[in-house]
Amino acid sequence: MVLISDILVQGVQMLLVLLLAPLLTGFVRKVKARLVRRQGASVFQPYRDLLRLLRKEVVLADNASWLFRVTPYITFAAIWVAAALVPTFATGLMFNWTADLIAIVALLGSARFFLALAGMDVGTSFGGIGSSREVMIAALSEPAMLLIVFCMALVAGSTQLSTVANFMASSYVGLRVSLGMAVIALIMVALAENARIPVDNPATHLELTMVHEAMVLEYSGRHLAMIEFGAFLKLLLYISLIACVFLPWKIAVFGTGPLAYAIGAGAYVVKLAVAGFSLALFETATAKMRVFRVPQFLGAALMLGLLGTLLLFVSRSF
Amino acid sequence: MACVAGLLGLAVLALVLSGAKRATAIIYSATLAICVVALFGSASFPIGGKVDASSVILPIGLPWLGAHFRLDALASFFLVVVNLGGASASLYGLGYGHHEEAPQRVLPFFPAFLAGMNLVVLADDAFSYLLCWEFMSLASWALVMAHHREAGNAKAGYIYLVMASFGTLALLLAFGLLAGPAGDYDFAAVRAAQHTPYVAALVLILMLLGAGSKAGLVPLHVWLPLAHPAAPSHVSALMSGVMTKVAIYGFIRVVFDLLGQPAWPASAVVLSLGGITAVMGILYAMMEKDLKRLLAYSTIENVGIIFASLGLALAFQANGLKLLAALAFTAALFHVLNHSFFKSLLFFGAGAALTATGERDMEKLGGLIHRMPFTSFAVLVGCVAISALPPFNGFVSEWLIFQAVLQSPELPQWGLKIMVPAVGALLALAAALAAACFVKAYGVAFLGRPRSGAAETAGEVDRYSRAAMFFLAALCLLAGILPGLVIDTLSPIAVEILGGAMPIQANEAWLSIVPIAEGRSSYNGLLVMVFITISASLAVYFIHRFASRALRRGPAWGCGFSDAVPAAQYSGGSFAQPIRRVFGTLLFGARDRVDMPAPGDVRPARLRIELHDLIWEGMYQPIAVAVGFSSERLNRLQFLTIRRYLSLVFATLVALLLVLAIWS
Repeated sequence: MVLISDILVQGVQMLLVLLLAPLLTGFVRKVKARLVRRQGASVFQPYRDLLRLLRKEVVLADNASWLFRVTPYITFAAIWVAAALVPTFATGLMFNWTADLIAIVALLGSARFFLALAGMDVGTSFGGIGSSREVMIAALSEPAMLLIVFCMALVAGSTQLSTVANFMASSYVGLRVSLGMAVIALIMVALAENARIPVDNPATHLELTMVHEAMVLEYSGRHLAMIEFGAFLKLLLYISLIACVFLPWKIAVFGTGPLAYAIGAGAYVVKLAVAGFSLALFETATAKMRVFRVPQFLGAALMLGLLGTLLLFVSRSF
Repeated sequence: MACVAGLLGLAVLALVLSGAKRATAIIYSATLAICVVALFGSASFPIGGKVDASSVILPIGLPWLGAHFRLDALASFFLVVVNLGGASASLYGLGYGHHEEAPQRVLPFFPAFLAGMNLVVLADDAFSYLLCWEFMSLASWALVMAHHREAGNAKAGYIYLVMASFGTLALLLAFGLLAGPAGDYDFAAVRAAQHTPYVAALVLILMLLGAGSKAGLVPLHVWLPLAHPAAPSHVSALMSGVMTKVAIYGFIRVVFDLLGQPAWPASAVVLSLGGITAVMGILYAMMEKDLKRLLAYSTIENVGIIFASLGLALAFQANGLKLLAALAFTAALFHVLNHSFFKSLLFFGAGAALTATGERDMEKLGGLIHRMPFTSFAVLVGCVAISALPPFNGFVSEWLIFQAVLQSPELPQWGLKIMVPAVGALLALAAALAAACFVKAYGVAFLGRPRSGAAETAGEVDRYSRAAMFFLAALCLLAGILPGLVIDTLSPIAVEILGGAMPIQANEAWLSIVPIAEGRSSYNGLLVMVFITISASLAVYFIHRFASRALRRGPAWGCGFSDAVPAAQYSGGSFAQPIRRVFGTLLFGARDRVDMPAPGDVRPARLRIELHDLIWEGMYQPIAVAVGFSSERLNRLQFLTIRRYLSLVFATLVALLLVLAIWS
C-alpha cells in the first residue's frame, strides 16, 4: 500500500513537471509581451508549438550521423529524470535518494554534452560557435554551482534535496546572510544555464549573438520538439530547485496525506507563477551582455558562493 | 611471480623471434594470456577475503638484503590495474601491432615494460623497488623511441630520460632518508621505524618530486605530453593509463604506508598541487590539436584529481577522522581504476584513428563516425566517462571526491577549512573543462565533415582492436552502474593502509551508494541508467506512435552562405577560442593576431594564435641555459696542461683536508 502510494506520488510528480513546463514558458513569454505593451501569444502557445513541431517532417542535413538523431531523446530523457528528482510539491519522493544535487547537476551536464556534440555533428559554423560558447558558459557555471551546493550543505548538513528541503522548511533556520548570497549566486547560475538574458537570449535569431539557439539550429520537426521541451523542463527544474531549497513554503512533507499534497501542489504553482513573473520582469529590464562579459558575471556568482561559505565558517549564526 | 618471470622470458623470446613472421601474434597472445592469469591471481586476493599478505624473499640483489617481494591488498589492487591494462593493450596490440614498421623495436620491450610495472608494485625493499622502477622507466623509454625517426620523438625521448633520472634521484634520496643511518632498506623495517617530522617532511617533498614527476604533477609534467604520444598507441595507453598509476602507487606506499601519518601541512601541499595540476592539465589539453597529446594532457588532469583526493585523505587522516579519510582514499583509488579504463580506451581510439587515416592532428580528421562506426561508439563512451557524466564510472569517483570535499568543515585547521572548498571549486572547474575538452576532441575528430582526403577514405579497424575497445567501454559502464561493488572491493585496502573503511555498500537497497549516511547523500548509478533508458524509450515510443515519422535529407542550413570547403567548418582551434580568451590570456600569454589586408588587396586575411607554455619558458629553459652555460665553462678543463691538472689535484686535496680539519 505504502509502495503503491509512493509510486503514485512519484508518477504524479513526473507528469506534473511534464505538463507544467510548457505552461511556465508560455507564462513568462506572455508577461514579457505584456510588459512591453504587446498583446502576446496565449500562455498555451508552447503546447501548440510542440504539437505543430511533432506533426512536421524532419529535415536532416545530408551528413548528419546517428548521434544527431538520438541526441534529442537522450537530452530530453536526462533532463526529465533530473526534473523528476527535484522535490516540487512534496519531499521524500520514492526516488529522491537516487541522485543528490551534485548528480542532478551532472545529469544536466550529460544532456548538454550530447547537445554540444550534436551541434558539431553537421559541420557548419553555427553549430560549432553555439557549442563552443555553451561549453564555456558551462565550464564557468559549474564551479559556482558546486560552491552553492557547498554552502547549502553546510547549513543543512546534506546534499540530498529532500533532506535539505525538510530542514529549510523547519522553523529554526531563519534568515542568514550566507544563504542570501547563495540564492543570488544560484539565480545567476540558473540564468546562465537556461540561456536567459543577460547571458543569452532565447528569443533571438540573429546568429552571431545567440548561443543555445545556434547550437540547435540544424534541428527540425519532432527532434526540435524534444529539444524545446527539454529546455522548458530545465527552466522548470531550476525554478523548482530554488523554490524547494530557499522557499520551501507549504511543501508537503513525506506521508502527510492527500490534503497536504494538494496544498503543496497549489503552493508550488503559486511559486512558479511568482518566479516566472520575476524572471520576465528581470529580462525586460536588462540588456544582454557581450559573450566575454559572461565570465565576469559567473565569476561574481562564484565569489558569492565562496563568500557565503566563508561567512558560514566565520560565524555559525550568519 | 611466475607470471612476471614469464613476461621476462617472453621479452628474451621476442628478441630471438624478432625476425620471424608471426612474432607479433605470438608475443601479444602470450602477453595477453599471462596478464589474464596474473589478473585472476591478483584479483582473487582482495575478493577472496584474505587479509594476511604473502611475501617471498629471493636470493638476488644486495647480498645482505636479498630481494623482498610482497603481495598485500594495496599491491594486489594495483596489480589488477596493471594487468587489466596490460591484457587489453595486448588484445589491442594483436591487431594494431601488424601496422608496426619495425616490430623488433616494440616486441621485446612490451612484455619487459609490463614485467617492470608488475615488479614495482610487488617490490618490498627499497633496493629492488628502485631497480624495478628504473627497469620500467628504461623499457618505456625504449618504447617511446620505437619510432625514433619521426620528428620530435628524439627530443621527447631525451627529455623523458632526463626527467626520469631526476625522478629516480629524488626517490633514491627519499629511500635513503627513510632507511636512516642504519641502512635498513627492507620496507617492513622502514615501516616499523619512527621518523622525525623533518625527515617526514623531506621524504614527502622528495616523493612529490620523484613519484610526481613520473605521474605528471605540474610543473614536473613537461616530459609526459611529449613522451606518451610518441610511443605506439597501445603503449601510450599503458604509459598514460597504467604507468602513471604505478607512480601513484609509489606515492601511496611511501607516504601513507611507510611514513605513517604526516602532519596536516603535508596534506595542504598535496591538495593544492593536485588542484592546480587538474586545472592546468585540462587547460593545456583544451589548447592542443594533436589527439594523442590532448589525451596525455588530460592524463595530467586526472592525476591532479587523484592527488587532490589523496591530499584530502591525508588531511582527514592527520586529524584522526578515519571514516572520512577512507572515503577520500577510496575515491582516489576508484578514480585510479576508472582512469585506467577510459584513458586506455581513448588511446586505443586515437590509435584506431591513426591507423585508419595516418593522422594524429585532429584538424585533419573529421566525420569518422560515418566510416568507423564501432570505434566511434566506443570512443564516445570513453569521452562521456572521462567527462565525469552520469551514469558512467568517471562521475562516480568524482562524486565521491566531492562528497569528501563537502566534509571539510569537520577539519579543525582553519587553513584547510578554507582551502578544501577552493580546491573543490578547482576540481569542479576541471571537470567542466574536461567535458568541454572532450566535446572538442570528439566533435572535431569524429563528427562534422572530413577535413582531409585521408579522413574521407578511412575504414574501420580490425576486430582485435574493436574487441579491446568494447571490453573497456563495457567496464566503464559496469563500474558506473555498480559502484557499490567496486567500493566494497576497495575497502580492505583502506583498512590496511588507514585502519578505517567506508561502510559496506552491498547492504544498501537497490545497489545505491551511501558514503556517510543516507540523509546526507546517496547516488544510484543503476537507477539513473534505468530511468534514462525508460524515459528515453517512452519518448521514442510516443513520438513514433503519435507524431509524424516523415524524414527528408537535405543540405545543411548555412544561413544563406553555404561553404563547400570542409576547412570552413568549426575547427579545434576555433572551438577552444572562448576558453582560450577566458583563461589563456593569463595562463598561456595567448594572443590572437589578425592580419587583415586593406580593401582592394587580394592577399588572404590571416589569424595567428600565439600560445606560450609559461612553465616551459619560465622554468625549464632557464635551467637548460644555466646547464649549458656552466658545461661550456667546465669544458675548458679538458684542455689544460699536465702541470695545471696536477696543481688542481693538489689544490683539491688541500681544500678537502682543510674542510676536514675545520669540521672536526
